[in-house]
Amino acid sequence: MADISTELSGIRLDNPIIPASGTFGFGAEFSHLYDINILGSFSFKGTTKEPRFGNPTPRIAECREGMINSVGLANPGIDKVISEELPALRKIFHKPIIANISGFSVDEYKYCCERINKEDQVEIIEVNISCPNVHAGGMAFGTSPEAAAEVTAAVKSVTDKPVYMKLSPNVTSITDIAKACEAAGADGISLINTLLGMRIDIRRGRPVIANKMGGFSGPAIFPVAVRMIYQVYDAVNIPIIGMGGVSTAEDVIEMMMAGASAVQVGAQNLVDPYACPKIIERLPILCKELKIEKITDIIGKAHG
Amino acid sequence: MDNIIKKELDQELTIVSNEQIADKVFKMRLKGDTSLLTAPGQFINIKLTGFYLRRPISVSDYDSEGLTIIYKVVGQGTDLLSTMKAGEKLMCLMGLGNGFDTASCGTHVLLVGGGVGTPPMYGLAKELLKQGKKVTVVLGFNSVLDVFYDHEFRALAEEIPDNSIEVRVATVDGSFGTKGFVTDCLTGLDDITDYCACGPMPMLKALYRYYDQKKTGQLSFEERMGCGFGACVGCSISTNSGFKKVCKDGPVFSSDDVIL
Repeated sequence: MADISTELSGIRLDNPIIPASGTFGFGAEFSHLYDINILGSFSFKGTTKEPRFGNPTPRIAECREGMINSVGLANPGIDKVISEELPALRKIFHKPIIANISGFSVDEYKYCCERINKEDQVEIIEVNISCPNVHAGGMAFGTSPEAAAEVTAAVKSVTDKPVYMKLSPNVTSITDIAKACEAAGADGISLINTLLGMRIDIRRGRPVIANKMGGFSGPAIFPVAVRMIYQVYDAVNIPIIGMGGVSTAEDVIEMMMAGASAVQVGAQNLVDPYACPKIIERLPILCKELKIEKITDIIGKAHG
Repeated sequence: MDNIIKKELDQELTIVSNEQIADKVFKMRLKGDTSLLTAPGQFINIKLTGFYLRRPISVSDYDSEGLTIIYKVVGQGTDLLSTMKAGEKLMCLMGLGNGFDTASCGTHVLLVGGGVGTPPMYGLAKELLKQGKKVTVVLGFNSVLDVFYDHEFRALAEEIPDNSIEVRVATVDGSFGTKGFVTDCLTGLDDITDYCACGPMPMLKALYRYYDQKKTGQLSFEERMGCGFGACVGCSISTNSGFKKVCKDGPVFSSDDVIL
């Protein structure tokens, strides 16, 4: 039987499969469907300092082989996450979890990361820098190497757990952003977040979603994700968590060959609640077909 | 994998029939495991070949053998659904949403269905009549071409002794029944204990204002959904008791709770 365990910054995962932030809540919607302790880990819903309703609805649109969401980081706020969500999560999930933190200023990132750093079950802090900086005209932190580095350094100064910076793909050079994060002390890179996209309802002659534009995800973005992971693997020496349109065990192998040490599954959980158990079941079978004895052997293999 | 799966939410249903019953409106009977359906007003989320997101459609009626959905063709997904034939199979996430709370309904319930909001009212009427409650049904459509199920509602009481059901229909253009909206059909109904409604938001708002908290209602909302089972938080609304997910905390909300 193939060994599908992997490791991120010294944290052992039973398998590389991690539900992506925003598609798995805090696990409760899935824990009554299947035993979520089969997962490698999961990244919980993006958490901000203040509670957020998020953007006005409609905030979901369909695409071919994908979807657009403008949910806008709807979450109960860090206080409630720590006082209610994490204790509840501890009862249903017994493995290391990844905290996903978002912010609209460097101070907000620092505030939330400092607090989440104290939570025992959180073993990795994933910092979402696709958020707009309200002090810089709303420009997303992740679109400039300097801003990405500033957030990285700020978060590193208040935490002692591994910090993985989650990158936006809506940039000219993903490697510049990744290198800046690594230089500023990031322990790993998580990519890709959603691509900026839009749909127009031709019956109404208006954008489908109230926010006009939103994050495009799903199988259609997979080749962009694979390319960016491949490029970042060449550019940095820190581990990569890959994501973007993963829906099958084959996609997981492909992303790991591009350079990912672990893989997040996002949109697929929405259209098939059993996406992750299906992938976890198939992964050892696929490894056997491909003569892979240990899945970590293939990390970055496509680079030759 | 068997010892990992706790609940089979995604069920394969087989199409028994699929027929047009009004302008762009179809009635589909599906057979399969309906054990996850527990209340009228719940919905299923249907996977369609060639489409990424599932289609959430209310269940009109169900029994141990299968269920009935009535849907309108509003886009490419529902258009494909309308062409499907008996014998074809559909994967459906079952028993989604809270449905109507029939136990809390009073002795005389007003049921209001607007357009393609009508289907869940049928299963609801059936259940309320079974509980020995009096039911008055008011249906609103745009025109006679859109009208469906007024006979089926009337027929519900035929098998129940000492019970009756009154059905009133309004069409905006007056081509069938009362000319106007459902709110033009509410005279003489001061003795209703409460109401249940499903239909377009302007209709829900009009009813909410008409009864102005003098009568409590259960309102079935709709919203564009991602997952349909509470994971993605795409379909949230604000209520007096905080943010709620239409797919999971709803689609039925109390008139005391909603902000309209």
